[in-house]
Amino acid sequence: MSTIDEDVAPGATGTEPKPTKRQRQAAGIADAASGGVKMILVKLLALGIVDAIALYALFVLATAGQWLVAAVVVAVAVAVNWIYFSRRRLPAKYLTPGVIFLVVFQVFVLVYTGYIAFTNYGTGHNGSKEQAVSSLMASSLQRVEDSPTYPVTVVDRLGTLGLLVTDPDGDALVGTNDEPLQPVDAEFDGDKAVAAEGWTTLQFADVLARTDEITELAVPFSDDPNDGAIRTPDGSSGYLYVSNLEYDAAAGTMTDATTGTVYSDVGTGAFTSPDGEELLPGWQITVGFDNFVRAVTDVRLAQPLVYVTLWTFAFALISVASTFFLGLFLAIVFNDMRMRGRKYYRVGMILPYAIPSFLSALVWAGMMNESFGFINQVLLGGASVPWLTDPWMAKVSVLIVNLWLGFPYMFLVCMGALQAIPDDIQEAATVDGAKPWAIFRLIKLPLLLVTVAPLLIASFAFNFNNFNTIYMLTGGGPRDSEAPIPVGFTDILITMVYKVAFTGQSRDYGLASAYSIIIFIVVAVISIIAFRRTKSLEELN
Amino acid sequence: MAKKGTKEHRSWIEAPAVEGEIMAAALDAEARRSEHPPARIAGPRRPFSFGRWFRATGWRHVVGIVVLVFALFPIVFVISSSLNPHGTLTGSNALFSAIGFDSYVRILTDPQIPFTQWFANTLLIAGVNAVASVFLGALAAYSFSRMRFTGRRFGLVTIVVVQMFPQMLAVVAIFLLMSSISDWFPAIGLNTQIGLMIVYLGGALGVNTFLMYGFFNTIPASIDEAAKIDGAGHARIFFTIILRLAAPILAVVALLSFIFTVNEFAVASVILIDTDKQTLAVGLTKLVSNPRYADWSAFSAGAVMAALPVVALFLWLQKYIVGGLTAGAVK
Repeated sequence: MSTIDEDVAPGATGTEPKPTKRQRQAAGIADAASGGVKMILVKLLALGIVDAIALYALFVLATAGQWLVAAVVVAVAVAVNWIYFSRRRLPAKYLTPGVIFLVVFQVFVLVYTGYIAFTNYGTGHNGSKEQAVSSLMASSLQRVEDSPTYPVTVVDRLGTLGLLVTDPDGDALVGTNDEPLQPVDAEFDGDKAVAAEGWTTLQFADVLARTDEITELAVPFSDDPNDGAIRTPDGSSGYLYVSNLEYDAAAGTMTDATTGTVYSDVGTGAFTSPDGEELLPGWQITVGFDNFVRAVTDVRLAQPLVYVTLWTFAFALISVASTFFLGLFLAIVFNDMRMRGRKYYRVGMILPYAIPSFLSALVWAGMMNESFGFINQVLLGGASVPWLTDPWMAKVSVLIVNLWLGFPYMFLVCMGALQAIPDDIQEAATVDGAKPWAIFRLIKLPLLLVTVAPLLIASFAFNFNNFNTIYMLTGGGPRDSEAPIPVGFTDILITMVYKVAFTGQSRDYGLASAYSIIIFIVVAVISIIAFRRTKSLEELN
Repeated sequence: MAKKGTKEHRSWIEAPAVEGEIMAAALDAEARRSEHPPARIAGPRRPFSFGRWFRATGWRHVVGIVVLVFALFPIVFVISSSLNPHGTLTGSNALFSAIGFDSYVRILTDPQIPFTQWFANTLLIAGVNAVASVFLGALAAYSFSRMRFTGRRFGLVTIVVVQMFPQMLAVVAIFLLMSSISDWFPAIGLNTQIGLMIVYLGGALGVNTFLMYGFFNTIPASIDEAAKIDGAGHARIFFTIILRLAAPILAVVALLSFIFTVNEFAVASVILIDTDKQTLAVGLTKLVSNPRYADWSAFSAGAVMAALPVVALFLWLQKYIVGGLTAGAVK
C-alpha cells in the first residue's frame, strides 16, 4: 500500500539521513503484505465517492460561473487523489480529512470574518449592484396609464410560474420573473394564447389557490429593465408596468421619473441623491475601516461598546474569581477523611455542572421572573425584586447564575490539585513550627496556583465568550433603548455580535464582524499570556 | 495522563489527609495540635462530645448542606414543576403540590412543538459529530504523535493556536458561507442538519486533535515498534493498537464533544431555520422566549427529559471527564 519510511520513532528529527531505496522497498512490501486486498478496495471505493462528489460540485459551480471556487475544488480533489495514490506521503494520508474541515470551517471562517468587517454587508447591502438595480426597479413598478390590455394565461413549468402573454399583434410571448418575454409557439383560443409547449396551463381553481404568487409576478418586457414588466392583478388580463426609476447604465445613475431626482453611485454601496437620501437595497462594497470608525466615533454606538466591553471583562473576571474561591473553599472543607458522606455531597454538587447549561439558564430565568418567579414569590414571600429587568440587578443575577453553573468545576479542579500536594510538605512545615494558616497561605496556595493557573486562564477565556449564560438568562437585557443597535445592559461582546448580526430590525454583518475582531484581539492576548506562562508552545515536539 | 492522575488521587484519598483541617485549625490552632494525636488513637473510647465533633467535622456538614441547597434547589424546582399538571409559572411555585405526568404528555404530543423531533435531531447531530470528530481527530493525532515530517511543528502550533478561537466568534462568517453554499449545493447549505454537522466537525477538530495528541504521546512507542517488527503496517497499528489502547480517552473526548454540541446555540440557531429541523437548545430556548407560550410545566418536562441522558452519561463517566478536563494541569 505505501511505505512507512517516514514513520520513525518519536524523538528523531527531520535532519536524519533518508532511508535507502532498498529499505523503502522492504518497508513497502511489509506494509502491503499487512494491508491486503480489502483495504485497497475500501480505499478505491472511498476515493471514488470523493471524486464523484468533486465532479458533481465542479459541474454545479461551472454552471453557476463560480470559477474561483471551482478551481479550489479541482485543486483539493487532485491533491487528495495524489496523496492517497502515492506510495509515500504517509502523514498526509492521516491528516488530509481533518485538515480540509479545519481549514474551511475554522481557519477560513475566521479570515472571512476579518474580511466582512471591512464591508457594508447587511440588510440593504446583501448582493451585487446588478441585483440591487433589478430589485429597485421591480419595487417601484407603476402601471402605465392608458396602456393596452394584454390577455394573459398563467402557466407553470416545474413549479415556476410564468405568464403567457398575447401582444396586440396577436403573437404569443412567455416569460417568468427572471426570464424576459420571449416568443413561443402557442395554442390559441380565439385571440388569446391559452397553452404553450413545455408549460402547463393553470386551471381556474389553481389560479385562485395561487393568487398571491400570481399577483406578485412581474415578467420583464425585455432585457432592458427600463422597458418595464407585465403584471396581472387577476390572472387573465395583464398590463404594462414601468418603473418610476430609470437606470442609466452608462452614467451609473438612477433617476426618479416623477420627481426628477438623480440618484448616483457615490461609492457608498447605494444610489444616493444629492441631498444624501439613499435608495435601498444597495449593494455590497468594501468600506475600509468604516465599521471600526463608526463603532468608536458614533456616540450612540461607542457608548454601548464601552460598557459592553467593560462588563465583558468584569463578568469574566468576577466569574472566575467567584467560582474559584467558592470551589477552593469547598475543596478545603470536604478534603477531610474523617468526614462521613462526602461522596453524596460531591455528587450533589456536581449536578449543576452535569446539566446542559442552556437548560439551567432557562430554568433560572423562570425562577427569577419578577412577577411570577419562584424566588420572588416563595423564597422572598411575594417581593418584587427586579432580578432580570433592572440593569444592575440583572448583572448580579447573571453572576449568581454563573457561579451556580461554574463552582462545581472549580471544586473538582481544586480538590484534585489539593490532593496532589504531598503530605510531607505539610509535615515538614509543621515540624518547623509553621501555623496551619501560614502553611496554607505560604505553601499550599502557591503550589495549588501553579497547577490551577492555566485552568483559570482557560476559564477566563471561556467566560469571556460565555454566550449561553447571558443569552438564555437575560438575552442581554434589559434593552438599552437609546442605542440604535439591539444591545442591552448585560450583553457581553459575543452576544452583542450575535444580536447585531441576527436579531435586529436590520442585520449589520459588517459591524458585527468588526466587533468580532475586538474579541479576536482579546482572545489572542489571553492566548499569548497563556502560552508564555505554560511554555506549551515551546514544549511541543 | 488522566488515568495516571486518577490513580494518584485515589491513593491520596486513602492516605490520612490533613489538609482539610486547615480552616478549623486556623480558628483554634493551639487546641487542635494538643488534641489531635490522642484523638486518633483513643478516639473511639472517649465519650462523644458534640463540641469536638462539630469543630472537627460537624461544621463541614453545615457548609455541605448549605451548598447542597444552593446547588439543588433549581433542580428540585424544575422537577416539581414538570410534575405539576397546571401549566403556568405561578402554578409551579408550590413545590410538589400536585403530581402527575400530564405535562410530559403535553410536550410529547403537542403538534405545535416537535419536541421528539428536536430530541432526535440533537442526538443525531451530537452523536455523528462526536464519532466523526473523534475519528478524524485521532487520525491527525496519530500522525502528529508517531510520524516525523516537514511542517509537523508548524501544524501542531497551528492547531494549538486555532483551538483558542472558538468557532462561535465567526458565527457571522459561518452564516454567510453557508448561505452561499446553499446557492450551489442546497443539500449541505443553510437549514440542513448535514450542513450543521460539517460546521461542527470543523470546529471540534482542533481541540480534539490536540487532546488526543497528548494522550497518544503517553502510549509507549515501543509497542508500535514491536508490532512493526511483527509485520503490522501503519493502518493496522493505528486501528488495532493505538485506538484500542486509547479507547477510554476516545470515549471521554467523544462525550465532551457530545455535551458541547448539545449545548451549542449560536451557530445552530442561525443555520437551522425550520422548527422541526432544530436542536433542543434552539427549540426550547425559542419556546420559552415566546411571550405567548405560557406552559411552563411542559417546558420543565422537556427540560428534565433533555437533561437526563446528559446527566446520566456525565455521572457515569465523571471520573474520566474530570481527568480529561484538567488534563495537562495536574501533572
